[in-house]
Amino acid sequence: MTLRTKLIFVVAGLALAACTNPDRFGADGTAGGLGGANGAVVPGSPNDPTSPAYFNQTIGDRVLFAVDQSTITDEGRTVLDGQATWLLTNTDFTAVIEGHADEQGTREYNVALGARRANAVREYLVSKGVAGNRLRTVSYGKERPIEICSNESCYAKNRRAVTVLAAGLTG
Amino acid sequence: MKISGLVLSVALAFGAMHAAPAQAQNQGPLRIEITEGVIEPLPFALPVFEAETGDAGGLAAQISQVVSADLSGTGLFREIPPEAFISQISSFAAPVQYADWKAINAQALITGAVSVQGNQLSVKFRLYDVFSGAELGDGLQFTGTTEGWRRMGHKVADAVYSRITGEGGYFDSRVVYVSETGSKDARQKRLAIMDYDGANVQYLTDSSAIVLAPRFSPDGGRVLYTSYETGFPRIYVLDVGSVQRRALESQEGTMSFAPRFAPDGQTIVFSLSQGGNTDIWAMNIGGGGAARLTSAPSIETAPSFSPDGSQIVFESDRSGSQQLYIMPAGGGEARRISFGPGRYGTPVWSPRGDLIAFTKQNGGRFHIGVMRTDGSEERLLTASFLDEGPTWAPNGRVIMFTRETQGEGGRSSLYSVDISGRNLRPVRTPDGGSDPSWSPLLQ
Repeated sequence: MTLRTKLIFVVAGLALAACTNPDRFGADGTAGGLGGANGAVVPGSPNDPTSPAYFNQTIGDRVLFAVDQSTITDEGRTVLDGQATWLLTNTDFTAVIEGHADEQGTREYNVALGARRANAVREYLVSKGVAGNRLRTVSYGKERPIEICSNESCYAKNRRAVTVLAAGLTG
Repeated sequence: MKISGLVLSVALAFGAMHAAPAQAQNQGPLRIEITEGVIEPLPFALPVFEAETGDAGGLAAQISQVVSADLSGTGLFREIPPEAFISQISSFAAPVQYADWKAINAQALITGAVSVQGNQLSVKFRLYDVFSGAELGDGLQFTGTTEGWRRMGHKVADAVYSRITGEGGYFDSRVVYVSETGSKDARQKRLAIMDYDGANVQYLTDSSAIVLAPRFSPDGGRVLYTSYETGFPRIYVLDVGSVQRRALESQEGTMSFAPRFAPDGQTIVFSLSQGGNTDIWAMNIGGGGAARLTSAPSIETAPSFSPDGSQIVFESDRSGSQQLYIMPAGGGEARRISFGPGRYGTPVWSPRGDLIAFTKQNGGRFHIGVMRTDGSEERLLTASFLDEGPTWAPNGRVIMFTRETQGEGGRSSLYSVDISGRNLRPVRTPDGGSDPSWSPLLQ
């Protein structure tokens, strides 16, 4: 088998500049706008079902994994069902799914493990009808923890796959 | 500073003066067996090298310090403080008063002389076996430019080390690594290169993208590494001299990482993740000839060639947990070599071919260890919260690796340890450091 010898030039903006999560590697971005008075929906707020803020915060942009596992949990399925529904409604958005591992592992293995996790999320979303060409995956291994203590309370949050929305279709 | 511009020449300048070697006396010849693990370091005296020209005094002192630090840093040698000296070496050419050095129990005596003409530097040295009352090997002279003075010191130390241990040296070498700044959740990484002892740090990339695991080419002229500069992990090759880099060919929608050169300097092996599955591939560095070497649904990564290029050691979790395997260089049936408790990763074949260094994870601790290529005689050299990523010194006798401390202030730094598990030492870098790769001996 041979690799297709084709050079790819991925626009960095696809993954980075166009991301809609205000703090991809930080806390869960609870700083988003709150609903307006008397239940009025403020466009772009977590109460606006068409907004990325709604996706990131109300549905949830991430799922968590058990140690050294890439199986989607029941809780994860609920989140991903919501993500799939949103993506099927808001067809202008694409996403990069980022897989992450906690620090208890060697660097290369954790990149491979993060790839498994990201792909598990991608396959789940595709199984729910989201077009595969809207979903890319990337693994950061243990390079981008969001919690930095060295015990299970932090590790559990770092073993994650995060669906990062971007506007526009991928090539 | 451009080390590549340095010209070193070796002249057998002084052998004739001691053509008749003295007979060894009661003591055996000056010798250290590294494999036995030295508990009592060999005492040596190193009087500050003589300045043969008026302006050579500063460099003579600095070069003497480099030689001394190299030897002491091995843990195999111990410098006798100059205050203890009975006789002084007033001239490089003067006869040595062996009794004076014997009296302070110096087993080895190293003398040297430094001369400077313009930007040309010349360093010569002699090594004496004090208890045999004889010179050990011929005097040697190294010439080069003044800006390469540290290398001259390393060359002298390599020659001394080599004569006493019978092994190749490793001091005139460099290490490429990842320099790290910032907190754990916002870490900035960039490639850096330095002398093996942490001197002369130069940065090879900026910190705008995550970089991982640089690996030297067999000639030390190029470095393979993984960068996220496109947003996705991808392999690059960088020319150390020009600091020019280029991305290697890759397949769209995949991630590639964990690259390493074959001994031919043309073939590389690496990991490629596609659809969540990571396998090992090989390709030509110039492009083309890509071949998939493993095709299991498990994670196959961290490939490293045997020095003869015929085999590849790698890690796989095909058994359910990370373990080490060896397969033919062209792929094919792999045999598992790690069977102890815990998980094994990041195998690296020794340049001597005899051992494989690895990272082991067991009971919440990490270790750097070595085993024979059939998996026997496993020996753990370190233990800590997180040790990983061994790299071999050019002589296969010392290992450098990454140690990360735990908790919110967790920081990565470089350490070295010898293969007997002795002489664990931090390698000082200006900032944090990880993923070291040791060059071959410089030419």
